[in-house]
Amino acid sequence: MSAPILTLRDVVVEFPALHGLKALMAPSAERRVQALNGISLSVQRGETLAIVGESGSGKTTLARAINGLLPLAGGEVWFNDTALHARPDWHATRRQMAMMFQDPVGSLSPRKTVRDLVLEPFAIHRLRVDNATAKATELLRDAGLNADFLHRYPHQLSGGQARRVGVARALALNPALVLADEPTAGLDVSVQGEILNLLNRIKGDHGLTTVIITHNLNILRHIADRIAVMYLGRIVEIGPVAAIMERPRHPYTAALMSANPEPDPTARRERIILSGETPALTARPPGCEFHTRCPVARSDCAHRVPALDAAGTRAVSCHYPLPEDA
Amino acid sequence: MSFRHTLAGRLMADPMAVVALIIITALVAIAVFADVISPHDHTAMNLADRFAPPSSTYWLGTDNLGRDTFSRLAQGSRIALYVALTAVTISGLIGLVLGMIAGFGPRWLDNLLLFIFDTLRAYPTIILALALAALMPRGLSTVIIVVVITSFAEYGRVVRTQTLSLKNAEFILAERAMGASFGRIVFHHVLPNVLGPFFILAAMNLPVVITIEAGMSFLGIGVPPGTPSWGATLKDGFDYIRNTPWIIIAGGLPLILVTLGFTFLGEALRDQLDPKLRKSR
Repeated sequence: MSAPILTLRDVVVEFPALHGLKALMAPSAERRVQALNGISLSVQRGETLAIVGESGSGKTTLARAINGLLPLAGGEVWFNDTALHARPDWHATRRQMAMMFQDPVGSLSPRKTVRDLVLEPFAIHRLRVDNATAKATELLRDAGLNADFLHRYPHQLSGGQARRVGVARALALNPALVLADEPTAGLDVSVQGEILNLLNRIKGDHGLTTVIITHNLNILRHIADRIAVMYLGRIVEIGPVAAIMERPRHPYTAALMSANPEPDPTARRERIILSGETPALTARPPGCEFHTRCPVARSDCAHRVPALDAAGTRAVSCHYPLPEDA
Repeated sequence: MSFRHTLAGRLMADPMAVVALIIITALVAIAVFADVISPHDHTAMNLADRFAPPSSTYWLGTDNLGRDTFSRLAQGSRIALYVALTAVTISGLIGLVLGMIAGFGPRWLDNLLLFIFDTLRAYPTIILALALAALMPRGLSTVIIVVVITSFAEYGRVVRTQTLSLKNAEFILAERAMGASFGRIVFHHVLPNVLGPFFILAAMNLPVVITIEAGMSFLGIGVPPGTPSWGATLKDGFDYIRNTPWIIIAGGLPLILVTLGFTFLGEALRDQLDPKLRKSR
């Protein structure tokens, strides 16, 4: 295997939990919460890594931390040979690293036409485009939109059309890495399918490396090579798509996968119902952070912190993982 | 893009905007050609024709010194426009810059600027005008300074609120994620979205400024005596309101028209500049 394109080591991102006078009075441990708590992973060139987890598990925070929209409180991020944790030249780095945001319309500047929006990366990086309209048309065509859209404004686009503009723009400078935050959010199922096919085709055409953040488990098989499952700002399980989806080893992954509705009504499947709420980030349980809701927890789970044990291609952070051949 | 889709084209389709533009165009034309269209010299006193009622010679009558009211009002439109445009431009620019600084700056700076804005907005304009007039020489620049001091805070607040809500909008994050510089974000993406509400506020503020100038002149703390300001005409008319009401009526008419014109324009602009409002109509 060649050197990974993106490597994260023990990445920590913190948010202030208290403001004003209260923050001054509180002990330092209570002033901040860890939205990401020691994330380590690497992404190989050309692969698609999907990051899944429920709301509030830190998926979006992870994407924003990778491209510097949020500061790191600890850990290292390596993008090729660039150390993103050590004040890199973001202007140059971000040219290599495109990002797609959750809200397809809201991530487009409202007073710009589609033409200006897809050419924006060239303007930002002061790249001369000889025939701007032709270039914009070509980028739109690659994303499945025709030239009629050139003079539309974002509020005149549907969610799917705006998403395509977002895709066209993300690919404009041939980035080495695309971070896609919920690329199918807010789209109906047929449009989701179109967008996924588009992403897959582009991946084939450009040999793109992609990190996709999603809570839409149905799309995983169609698009991802590997999955990382997050819980409370940590990765609890990571590995190849088929293995994780069919034979999850972490009890949380198993519960997550079983919560996904099965399209086939005759297929019988046992749902794992988790008890209780996701703990607050301000009150992380001791030991294994999942033990409060875990159906198979034993008494020592509350005391010992599990490490993300790598075994072969997959890794799981659990003292008593489910058997791999179940 | 056809004319129908440009801002001007859309404004022409709105009857309120057309009325507004007719009034404003007339005002500007009168101000520019005041010397040509005035039937009399606005300073010439004709004591034989004091308090003359409106007639073919004196279209809107004459005042206590026999000066032609129409000619004075025509000259007054220059003063009104000059004060309004200068004061609104200066206070608007100050408000725009301070509002953006407050919006983008650290929290303590934001709080400081907000404190200044709120303090200034709490002063009643006329009381502040009276106080400042006591300290400064009488004249148009005093009027402009009073207006700027009392109104830039309003622009500042509007711009700050807009900036704050835009600062964390997803499209601004998207610009940052693409590597856009701070300057590009401010001038290409935040400013154009701030300017809509800003211009609406400016259009709505123009008549307010004209009224403040008239009010200060009416109270005798605005323009120097003898200047043909609309407020001075009102004051002259007020003294003789029982016997010759046409002076004060003639002095009030342009104020009413101009206020209506700019207010209509402001509302039409708001309808057109806010894409979401436009869609729902």
